Amino acid sequence: MSMPAPPITAATADRPLWGVLAEFDSPESLTAAAEKTRQAGYKRFDCFTPFPFDGLSDAMGLKPTRLPLLVLAAAIAGGVGGYMMQYISAVQLYPIVVSGKPLHSWPAFIPITFECAVLAAGLTAVGAMIVRNGLPQPYHPLFNHEGFIRGSESAFFLAIEAEDPAFDRQATQAFLRELGASEVVEIEP
Amino acid sequence: MTAHLSHDPILAGDHDYKSVTRKIADVPLAPRLGKGWLAGFGLAFSLLMVMMMSITVLLTYGVGVWGLNVPVAWGFAIINFGWWIGIGHAGTLISAILLLFRQEWRTSINRFAEAMTLFAVSCAGLFPLLHLGRIWKFFYLMPHPNTLELWPQWRSPLVWDVFAVSTYGAISAVFWYIGLVPDLATLRDRATHPALKMIYGLFALGWRNSARHWHRYQMSYLLLAGLATPLVISVHTIVSFDFSVSILPGWHATIFPPYFVAGAVFAGFAMVLTLVIPLRAAYKWHDMITDRHLENMGKILLVTGLIVVYGYSMEAFTAWYSANPYEQFMMKNRMWGGPYAPMYWALILCNATVPQLMWFKACRRNVYVLFMVAMFVNTGMWLERYVIVITSLHRDALPSSWGMYSGTFWDWTLYIGTLGLFVTMLFLFVRILPAISMFEMRELVWHHGKHEEAGGVADAEVHS
Repeated sequence: MSMPAPPITAATADRPLWGVLAEFDSPESLTAAAEKTRQAGYKRFDCFTPFPFDGLSDAMGLKPTRLPLLVLAAAIAGGVGGYMMQYISAVQLYPIVVSGKPLHSWPAFIPITFECAVLAAGLTAVGAMIVRNGLPQPYHPLFNHEGFIRGSESAFFLAIEAEDPAFDRQATQAFLRELGASEVVEIEP
Repeated sequence: MTAHLSHDPILAGDHDYKSVTRKIADVPLAPRLGKGWLAGFGLAFSLLMVMMMSITVLLTYGVGVWGLNVPVAWGFAIINFGWWIGIGHAGTLISAILLLFRQEWRTSINRFAEAMTLFAVSCAGLFPLLHLGRIWKFFYLMPHPNTLELWPQWRSPLVWDVFAVSTYGAISAVFWYIGLVPDLATLRDRATHPALKMIYGLFALGWRNSARHWHRYQMSYLLLAGLATPLVISVHTIVSFDFSVSILPGWHATIFPPYFVAGAVFAGFAMVLTLVIPLRAAYKWHDMITDRHLENMGKILLVTGLIVVYGYSMEAFTAWYSANPYEQFMMKNRMWGGPYAPMYWALILCNATVPQLMWFKACRRNVYVLFMVAMFVNTGMWLERYVIVITSLHRDALPSSWGMYSGTFWDWTLYIGTLGLFVTMLFLFVRILPAISMFEMRELVWHHGKHEEAGGVADAEVHS
């Protein structure tokens, strides 16, 4: 599975680059590498892991996501919407007296209000996560790299994009090798 | 903790990330259909055809082909609806509630259980639709613009059911799909046939294991679990309101919501056991769905069974304590003297007596005993809905209204047919999608590796 890094000759040095990909052999070494990458001042980098684990988000300096707030807002909107739908229709638009209850029979409105709130919140939790992650994104330069595809079940990668201001073709690759990467590969766009 | 792990592991054998992935991914990616799978699928599909025939007869001739009449105007339709929805609840409990309680043992069964929920809810949803009589007017139950300026009757539990079950179906589907996305990406990467790569790739949304994506993914998964938990409790509560909001003796009891929810979990876990025991034998997944998993499910069966028994006792006690002659007669009619008394005692045998075997570890660890107990509970929970619906309706407060009920041929064929629909969908699921969550199993491999290194430091977190 290990491919030797292509030698950086004068000919290859002119190819446009998306970034470099480094492979590590365990979650711990990847987390340590991510921490050092962040400390070195790189901003446009990402890690790739076959499963999520603690510590990596902090090492990468990822801010807590705003998803909980969005979901709460959706829950409130859904609940209020469900309640108002019932209120306006039962009290104003189509009032009928059922079992002698008052028109604004709010205890009876609770189940549907709750369900509308949960529906809105749940759909937002998923939808917002997908959208904010930029998915669906069928193409990505990393998919062209055979090792990345084969490694999606078991390998841990760190990639630094060429667009990062601190990126330098030779220096970044050397830096990654210093961090203990088992291999470093250039990725074209 | 280490000793416990090594003697009774959640993940047995010598697994690493690759082996755990491949053992699961090899099933959907297998080039040929296995004989066993084809045989089972064939049987299930024929039952599905029975269902289609039954529905056709129903739509052609009307609800009169069923046994419904006055006074028992609710029969198999509501019984089967309640039974299927109850079964669905175990899936959400395993996926959502066990996640919130950080129970690692949920990992190898949660994907399958969640799929089971979705299919059970689909089967359940057929019944309210089919029992409408004029089923082409089903949309009257939902708020929609119309020339009559008609709105649903919000104070009815049946309308609450529409919202509850729709929400439950939607959230379960979405929860299940989102859990599948990283695994679909793995299948996309491992598939060799270009068509398979494209189809899995389409549904994988371009997932590339990015840590930035996992970061948000974890949070959305946790939020969904947190939402699904009250949702699942509310859904079966609202189903119980179908009965308890009325004033019929035997229905109008405050014990109903918790008793129904516990009964749902009880029925659901029995169904999970019924399905998972053959599944792991078929694919030789004993090292991932271990005896410890089965034992834990047996324990949950015991606990929820005891709550259900408490419900039965409270029904009987309240009927006596209330000194209400109608309530007391209802209970007497159920337990002795009434024509449905044998059903009641069969119910007590299936739900109260047989599950007590789960007190014994030897029984909890014996696959055959577990399977047998699960089948008894499946039957018992169906009988419970039968007893609740039929005995309360057939002899209520006015003796001149009394009558009898029995299911007709078309009632039974529809019910058996929905079993066919359920099993057909399960067979398809098991063959097309990974029945165990691969990325969560990899997490488990990593956790176990850490446990062994750290020498017994307790770390029960499944997700961060």
